Amino acid sequence: MINYNIDHLKELESESIFVLREVAAQFENPVILFSGGKDSILMTHLAVKAFYPAKVPFPLLHIDTGHNFEETIKFRDDLVKEYQLNLKVGYVQDAIDSGQVNEEKGVNASRNGLQTFTLLDELEKGKYDAAMGGARRDEEKARAKERFFSHRDEFGQWDPKNQRPELWNLFNTRKNMGEHFRVFPISNWTELDVWQYLAMEKVPLPNLYFAHERMVIERDGILLADSEFIQKKPDEKAFKETVRCRTIGDVTCTGVWRSSASKIEDIITEVSTTRMTERGGRADDKRSETSMEDRKKQGYF
Amino acid sequence: MNSKSTELLRFTTAGSVDDGKSTLIGRLLYDSKSIFQDQFKQIEDISARRGESEVNLALLTDGLKAEREQGITIDVAYRYFSTPKRKFIIADTPGHIQYTRNMVTGASTANVALLLVDSRQGIIEQTKRHAIIASLLQIPHIVVCVNKMDLVEYNKEVFESIRKDFESFTSKLDVKDVSFIPISALKGDNVVNRSENMSWYEGSTLMYYLENVHISSDHNFIDCRFPVQYVIRPYNDEFHDYRGYAGRVSGGVFKKGDEVMALPSGFTSKISSITCYKEELEAAFPPQSVTILLEDDIDISRGDMLVRVNNKPRVEQDLDVMLCWFDHTKPLKENGKYTIRQTTKEARCIVKEIHYKLDINSLHRIQEDFSINSNDIARVSIRTTLPLFFDEYNQNRITGSVILVDESNNNTVAAGMII
Repeated sequence: MINYNIDHLKELESESIFVLREVAAQFENPVILFSGGKDSILMTHLAVKAFYPAKVPFPLLHIDTGHNFEETIKFRDDLVKEYQLNLKVGYVQDAIDSGQVNEEKGVNASRNGLQTFTLLDELEKGKYDAAMGGARRDEEKARAKERFFSHRDEFGQWDPKNQRPELWNLFNTRKNMGEHFRVFPISNWTELDVWQYLAMEKVPLPNLYFAHERMVIERDGILLADSEFIQKKPDEKAFKETVRCRTIGDVTCTGVWRSSASKIEDIITEVSTTRMTERGGRADDKRSETSMEDRKKQGYF
Repeated sequence: MNSKSTELLRFTTAGSVDDGKSTLIGRLLYDSKSIFQDQFKQIEDISARRGESEVNLALLTDGLKAEREQGITIDVAYRYFSTPKRKFIIADTPGHIQYTRNMVTGASTANVALLLVDSRQGIIEQTKRHAIIASLLQIPHIVVCVNKMDLVEYNKEVFESIRKDFESFTSKLDVKDVSFIPISALKGDNVVNRSENMSWYEGSTLMYYLENVHISSDHNFIDCRFPVQYVIRPYNDEFHDYRGYAGRVSGGVFKKGDEVMALPSGFTSKISSITCYKEELEAAFPPQSVTILLEDDIDISRGDMLVRVNNKPRVEQDLDVMLCWFDHTKPLKENGKYTIRQTTKEARCIVKEIHYKLDINSLHRIQEDFSINSNDIARVSIRTTLPLFFDEYNQNRITGSVILVDESNNNTVAAGMII
């Protein structure tokens, strides 16, 4: 008998494509939350595959904090052009300007928390009933309990103790008016899976992920990219270092890592031997033991 | 490059606070180098703050604030680790009877059920409950880890007597492949490394077992089932008349040129191509997501199913199921109406009759009490508004499973295995 067997990357791909098609079939107005990071690039790539030769049947929504790595925006725009995607952008700056949110002050100030307001606002304005995110269960302990299809009430809140059970591949997507779902098609991928798959599929990635020289500052043992958006403490001096990003988010809270990995194969080797989680460099997760769970309950990604 | 081909294995564990489950998972993660320094530092800090003398590995598997405060697992937590041979997904579930629904959830997609037995206590109610759930949910492989062997002086007789007890209990169950391993999760005996304390044991370590248990025939490769999930229609000049049937193969092997029948219409056609993106595939089999194109233009939409002409599923409106009830706010209602989902199909249904309730500690059929509350398992008869295309659950876990949804609050209130 022929051995009908697929490897773990193909099985993960099949599972994610199944979820993406379920979203298209069961929702009226879904949207992909696009951050510019590798996970949302992977999700977009999988969406292109899931519906080929038709176009991806949902728009991308980018919540722009205004504190971006420049490369991210260029990469995003190129990707949108190549796959003829429909891009929507929500600006955190708009919410600040109109006085709906207040910007944090001080050296550790970040717009990360403010994103939640703009995100919920955009979801409401766009009348989106499903927002797909590239979150993975291996990233963080609160995310380990997340469902593929995560129900949110009319305030966008997550109720972790009252989640719908998910069995086999049967997803219950029923909801009341005004409620929506967060959907996580790549829930079961680990950081290493993502890199192995992106390498196998030869998916183009922003240069930020590869080793490059950059001016950085060191704060609490984490290297942060020096930029106009970061307020330096008196004793902090920027210095040049060869680094790469393991995650890409807002400049003010995304740590960069000393690395000489200049090719995707080097990154795979680095990821499979590293002893630090990728979110270990995220200042936003370090605010307290439950900062991710608290933010998720309020409607964060 | 490191991305050599590895299989994916999903396993489930169930247990309570003291049976060493967290220690075992911690040991697997730690010895396979899947715990990161910053994660370890974090639980080290919390353990110290709480005044615990050792680093509490259970903190790794408890994700929610309430769980850590109460020291219990409430929900299913998914954990990941990999070795050069396989990638593993652990569905870690609480073992207490009030969390049967979580155990069922974790078991629904598992290849292997890992049952932990405390060598000092032997087979207890919880072990039986977990074994019964593994058998009801048709988990293909069960591995019984007799833990804390260090506390019984690594005694062979203790292990053998537990094995005998378990085998006599499971002779009543529908389980196919059971293995037994004596371990000490705390000391590391037979988890990843072979124990020097139990030379009498000639079987494999737990890690060797997980890396080598034969899972490639866990799917049904005989009966061709392709529930149509979505119809791809590009509406552009290049692909003007393109109609692609997208879905995930639920059973059997579909090949280019095969004659297939669409249900419910009964129209037949031939497969003209099977694709995944731009790649043409010779064959499609579970659990692949593919797009199938047919030679003839026949009317097919979501919820329909492609099958082989001479091997059809049951097409019926009346089904008997073993139902696990989830809703803690309301009991199952005889004559109650619910939405039912099966493969990509949705219909309404009525629960016509409750036959018996199962005592999941003894397998005893309770026919005196028909109140089906949260975490109860019962055999019921259901009638649906539309015919479903299904197989018996023990033939196919995908086409043989259903969920019920309460139409008043949209909650998933039950999961069922078709008999």
